[in-house]
Amino acid sequence: MKRTLFVIAMFGAAPVWADGNENLASAVANPHWKTECSACHIAYPPSLLPERSWRKLMSGLVKHFGQDASLDGPTAQEITAFLVNNSADRAPNKRAKKVMGSLGPNEVPLRITETAWFVRKHDEISASVWQRPKVGSPANCAACHAGAERGDYAEHRVRIPH
Amino acid sequence: MTRFIILIAGFLAYGAAQAVAQELPQGYLAQARQENSQFREFSASRGENFYHAKRTHSNGKPVSCAACHTDNPRSAGRNEKTGKEILPMAPVANKARLADPAKVEKWFKRNCQDVLERACTAQEKGDFLTYLLSIK
Ligand code: HEC
Repeated sequence: MKRTLFVIAMFGAAPVWADGNENLASAVANPHWKTECSACHIAYPPSLLPERSWRKLMSGLVKHFGQDASLDGPTAQEITAFLVNNSADRAPNKRAKKVMGSLGPNEVPLRITETAWFVRKHDEISASVWQRPKVGSPANCAACHAGAERGDYAEHRVRIPH
Repeated sequence: MTRFIILIAGFLAYGAAQAVAQELPQGYLAQARQENSQFREFSASRGENFYHAKRTHSNGKPVSCAACHTDNPRSAGRNEKTGKEILPMAPVANKARLADPAKVEKWFKRNCQDVLERACTAQEKGDFLTYLLSIK
């Protein structure tokens, strides 16, 4: 964020963003991924975790961060395939490469918020901001990124609620 | 004309969803009788108690159906874990409710496990649905 602001200061208000202005939506979305994941939270972009993370997460849905999120076999398989095919290892966007670069070779994060990439991108957000009632936790992307549901995380559209 | 057809199709789909919801408790009847020979019929008031009943989870936290679905099934709830809005549970307030038996079973499996730490009985499911359908 600080670096981005610096770059803007250097080049005027030109839309030059550290990670590019790209949308994080996968080229082809999977309808089951969308409905099943977004029943409880936004359907997080597959490109923000590596394949190994998605495989581990999808094999543990019976206790998904303390809750039963189990799916029938065929649906789980279809969603796993979609997540893997669009994971950080395979997605063509620059952000996916940065996510991969921020992870150690044996690291298998189950939360996007645990990746060094996420932590660095949000290092200017203080603990009290995450705890604001309208934010709640770092998992609530849409609190500040209004277009999160569509994969839109563009930095200039971020609005932090009070 | 197209608009007219869409309107008709809409009414038919709406009617079908309502019919599915009304029939849902029936689907649990045979199993409820099998599980308990004393069982007579589903009860909206037992379902209401079940909806609001609080228990302490083995992780020490208080849990209930109402914690996410709110005390009033006519109002929108909030997932107490993720903060995401949940639309009202009562079909009278949310026409899309209880329209797909597979979806209903999927959530009974998950939510009963999370709240009761066991599967719900057929009677509990039938009572719960009868309560939701009784709300006017
Ligand atoms: C942690 C939050 C949470 C708790 C606690 C919870 N539910 Fe749910 N429930 C949900 C969510 C999320 C959905 C799916 C979202 C939707 O359909 O709007 C859902 C959906 C349902 C559905 C499907 C409704 C339909 O239209 O198909 C049923 C049935 C249900 N819940 C029953 C229960 C019962 C019974 C309990 C208590 C034993 C309970 N829930 C407790 C979050 C919860």
